[in-house]
Amino acid sequence: MAQAMTTDAGSHHASALDTPPTSAGAQLRARLLNALQTAVPGCQVLTGEENLAPYETDALPVYRQLPLMVALPDDESQVQGVLRECRRLGVPVVPRGGGTSLSGGATPMPNSLVLSLARLTRVLEVDPLARTATVQPGVRNIRISEVAAPYELYYAPDPSSQIACTIGGNVAENAGGLHCLKYGLTVHNILRVKAISMDGEVLEFGSLAPDAPGLDLLALLIGSEGMFAVVTEITVRLIPKPPVAKLVLASFDDVETAGDAVAAIIGEGIIPAGLEMMDKPAIAAVEAFVHAGYDQEAAALLLCEADGNREEVAEEVARICAVLQRHEVRDVQVSSNEAERLKWWSGRKNALPAAGRLAPDYFCMDGSIPRRAIGKLLKRIQGMEEVYGLQCLNVFHAGDGNLHPLILFDGNDADQLRRAEDFGADILERCVELGGTITGEHGVGIEKLNSMCVQFTPAERETFLAIKRAFDPAGLLNADKGIPTHARCAEYGHMHVSGGRLPFPDIERF
Amino acid sequence: MQTRLQQAMRETPEGEEAEAILRKCVHCGFCNATCPTYQILGDELDGPRGRIYLIKQMLEGHATSADTRQHLDRCLTCRNCETTCPAGVQYGRLLETGRRLALKRNPRSLTEQAMRRALAAFLHTGVLFTPVLRLGQVLQAALPAAVADHIPARRPAAGVWPRMTHERKVILLQGCVQPAMAPNINRATARVLDQASIQVLRASAAHCCGAIHQHLDFEAASLADARRNIDAWWPLIEGGAEAIVSNASGCGVALKEYGHRLRNDPHYARKAEQISAMTKDIAEVLEPHAAQLAQEARFPPPAGVAFHPPCTLQHGLQIRGKVEAILAAFGINARLPHDAHLCCGSAGTYSLFQPELSLTLRDEKCRALTQTGATCVATANIGCIAHLQNGTAIPVVHWIEVIDSVLCGTAL
Repeated sequence: MAQAMTTDAGSHHASALDTPPTSAGAQLRARLLNALQTAVPGCQVLTGEENLAPYETDALPVYRQLPLMVALPDDESQVQGVLRECRRLGVPVVPRGGGTSLSGGATPMPNSLVLSLARLTRVLEVDPLARTATVQPGVRNIRISEVAAPYELYYAPDPSSQIACTIGGNVAENAGGLHCLKYGLTVHNILRVKAISMDGEVLEFGSLAPDAPGLDLLALLIGSEGMFAVVTEITVRLIPKPPVAKLVLASFDDVETAGDAVAAIIGEGIIPAGLEMMDKPAIAAVEAFVHAGYDQEAAALLLCEADGNREEVAEEVARICAVLQRHEVRDVQVSSNEAERLKWWSGRKNALPAAGRLAPDYFCMDGSIPRRAIGKLLKRIQGMEEVYGLQCLNVFHAGDGNLHPLILFDGNDADQLRRAEDFGADILERCVELGGTITGEHGVGIEKLNSMCVQFTPAERETFLAIKRAFDPAGLLNADKGIPTHARCAEYGHMHVSGGRLPFPDIERF
Repeated sequence: MQTRLQQAMRETPEGEEAEAILRKCVHCGFCNATCPTYQILGDELDGPRGRIYLIKQMLEGHATSADTRQHLDRCLTCRNCETTCPAGVQYGRLLETGRRLALKRNPRSLTEQAMRRALAAFLHTGVLFTPVLRLGQVLQAALPAAVADHIPARRPAAGVWPRMTHERKVILLQGCVQPAMAPNINRATARVLDQASIQVLRASAAHCCGAIHQHLDFEAASLADARRNIDAWWPLIEGGAEAIVSNASGCGVALKEYGHRLRNDPHYARKAEQISAMTKDIAEVLEPHAAQLAQEARFPPPAGVAFHPPCTLQHGLQIRGKVEAILAAFGINARLPHDAHLCCGSAGTYSLFQPELSLTLRDEKCRALTQTGATCVATANIGCIAHLQNGTAIPVVHWIEVIDSVLCGTAL
C-alpha cells in the first residue's frame, strides 16, 4: 500500500479511467482481440471501458487500473491458448480468481489482459481413501469442504474469505486462515498442482507421493502470487473432521493482557486449532452484523479452539481455561453446541468487511511478529492512531502472531488516504523491527512492494527476480507484483525517511 | 469504497441514498459467493459486486450501453447478497436506482416495451387472467413447450372460507394472480387463523401489491397500486385490524417497502410507513400460536415434506427458521434442500425474460429437493410454487396448506 507515496506507484493509484488508453494501447487491443478470436474462438472476451471497469480492482479498491481486456476461459485449453497469444504479442497477463485479494494480487497492470479463472469450477475427483480432492482453480475454498463432507473429511486452510475466495487464488497467495496454527497454511495442504507457463507449456508440480526426488518446486510455486505460472488443476489434502470441537470465548479488560494470555497458551505447549483475537472496535463492528453475543464491554476477545476426541478436547479446554484464569480474564465461555461454535466463529470471519459499517475504506495489514511482542505492538499502534489521526481496529491470528490491523479511512479524502498509507507502512516497519515480517498470508501484491524493500536486502531481492525470470523470461505474468525492482526500492528509500534515518544507505539514489 | 458521483446526481435524494450505500461497500466480494447468477456465469459483471460497480460508473457519469442494463436485468433481486454482506450494503435499493438510470439512458426497444405493457395488463387484470389461465390449462398438452412450461397446472378445489368472527382481526393481502392460480392458499390461511381465533378481513378494492408493475418497469403504476391498497385498507385499520398479513413472501417484501418508496409523498408517507410496519408474514402471525394449535391437530401430518424457503422470505424479509419451527411443532420435520439459500429462478416475471438462467436454477433446485427424498414440497410464495411445479412431479404447495390439512383435513 505504501507505494502510493512514490512516483513508481502512480500507475496503480487513482482510477485509470481518468487516463484513456493510448493509441498504442488501442492498436495492441485490436491485434490481441483478433488473435484471440482466431486462436481461442470459444473463449469469451470483454472489451470496452464499461465492461472492463468492474475488473479494474479486487478487494483492495483504492488501487485501480483498467485492463486492456478480460478473458473468461471455460477450460484449461482455452487458458493455454490465451497465454500463448499474449506471450506472442507481449501482452502482460494478470490471473484472477475470486478477486478477494487484500494486497492487490489481481489488480490489473497497464495494458494487461485479466485472465479470469472463475469459470473453471469443476470438482474433478474426491478420493476418500487417499483423502484427496482434485479440483479446478475457480472452485471456492469452502466448496471443497462441502464436497468432502459426506466422507467426514474437509480441507483445513480456511481464510476468512473462504466462502468467496478460490483455491487457485489460495495457491497463488499461500493463503492462511483461522485454523492454520494447527493444520498449516495452503503450502502444507497441497499435494500436486498443474499449471501453465506464460509460454503455454503445461507444468506439473509435486505429486501424490508424500515426498519426491528433486527440488521442491511445488513449495516455490505456492505463494508465488501468480508470477510463475497459471494454476489450472490442484490436488489438495483432505483431513478427517475432528469428532469434537469446542471454542473457548474469553474477554479481557486490556489488550496487552489478552496478548500475554496468547503467548502463555502457546508457552504451555498447547496447540489450539485456532487462536484468534479481536479488539473492542472490531467486536462492535461485527456484532452489528452477526449478533454473536460477544461481550461489548471487553477491550479484547480471544477465541481459542480445541479439537480432537472427547477426552483430548475436555483436557485441552481445561488447560486453556486455567491459563486464561491466570491472566485476569473478565469472562470465559465454552461453546455448548455446534451452532454456537459456528456463530462465534462467524463473527471473526466477517470482521474485515464488517468494518465497512464504520468507514468507507480500510487497509487490512498483514504483519507477523513473535507472539511475545503482540502486546507491545498493539500499544505502539494505539499511539500511531493519534499520530496519523485515524482509527485502527485489530483482528488477528494471535496464535501465529499474524496481525491484521485494519486502518479505517475515507478514500474520498486524499489526505486521509495518504495518512492511512503512511500509517500502514509504519506498522509494517515496526513489525520488521520487532523481528517479524511484513506479510503473514495476504501476499505482497502491489500493497506491500515498498515494505519488501525494508524486509530484504538488494541481493535477496535479486535472487527473487532471478527465479521470476527463470519461469517467465519475458516478465509478462503478474509482473510488477510481489518483488519490487531495485529502482523502486531506491526511490522509496529516497522518499521515505523513517525516524530521521534514511533506510538502505547502500542503495544508489537517483 | 471511493466514489466520485456527479454533482447533479449527488444533490438528488436518490443520488444521496445511492452514495451512502456505495460508500458502505468495501468490495470484498463475499456477495459473489452466494449470488446465483455469478455462480452460473462466473463473470464479475453478473455478480452483486460487479453490478454495484456498474451502477457506480453510471452515477459517476461514465458512458454506458445496453450492456449495463442487461447485467442489471440479469439480477434476480433475490437479495441473497444482502444476507451475506458483512458491511450491510443495501444492494436491493441501489439496484432499483441503477435500473431506473440504466433504463433512462438506454431504453428498451419499442417491441419489448409493448410486450411488458401487455404482460402487466394481463397479469394485473383478473378478468383477463383467470379465463386465459383456465384455457391454457385445458390446452396445455397441445401447446408448444416454451409456452406450456409457463402454465401452472390446475390445483385442487379451495374449500370454504370460515364464517366465525373474532375479536382479533387481520387484513389479508389476497394478491393478483394467486386467487386464480392457487385459490386454496388464501382460504387455508383464513381457516388456520380462524382456528387461532383470528378473523381474516379482505378489502375488495385492494389488489396487486405493486411488484408486478415494478418488475416490468412501470414505476408510477406500481406506486399507484400501493396508494390504492393503502386507501382500501385504511378504514379496516381504523376499525381495529392489527396487521396486514401476507402469505406470499414476494408480496410481503413489496408491502414492507411502501414506507420507503412513498417517503416523499406528503399525502401517503405516514400511512405507507404504518402499513409497512404493520405488515407481517403469515409465519410471524402464526408462530406464537403454533404449539397451542398443534394440540388441536386432528389429522395425521404428511410424511416426507421438504421446505423451499423463498428468497423473499429468507433474504427479503429476513425470516429464517420460523416456518420450519412451526411445521416442527405440528410434528412435521421439514427437510431443507442442499444450498437452501439459493433462488429457484422464479423471481417474479424474471422467468419470462431470462428463461435460460431461470430454468437452470429451477432444475438445480428441483434436483436438490428431490434428493431430500421428499414426497411433498412446501414453500411460501406463489411465484415459487408455480415455477417449481413446472419442473417436478412432486406436488408443490404453500406450507400453510400443510398446516390446514393437519388442522382441518383439507386434501393437499
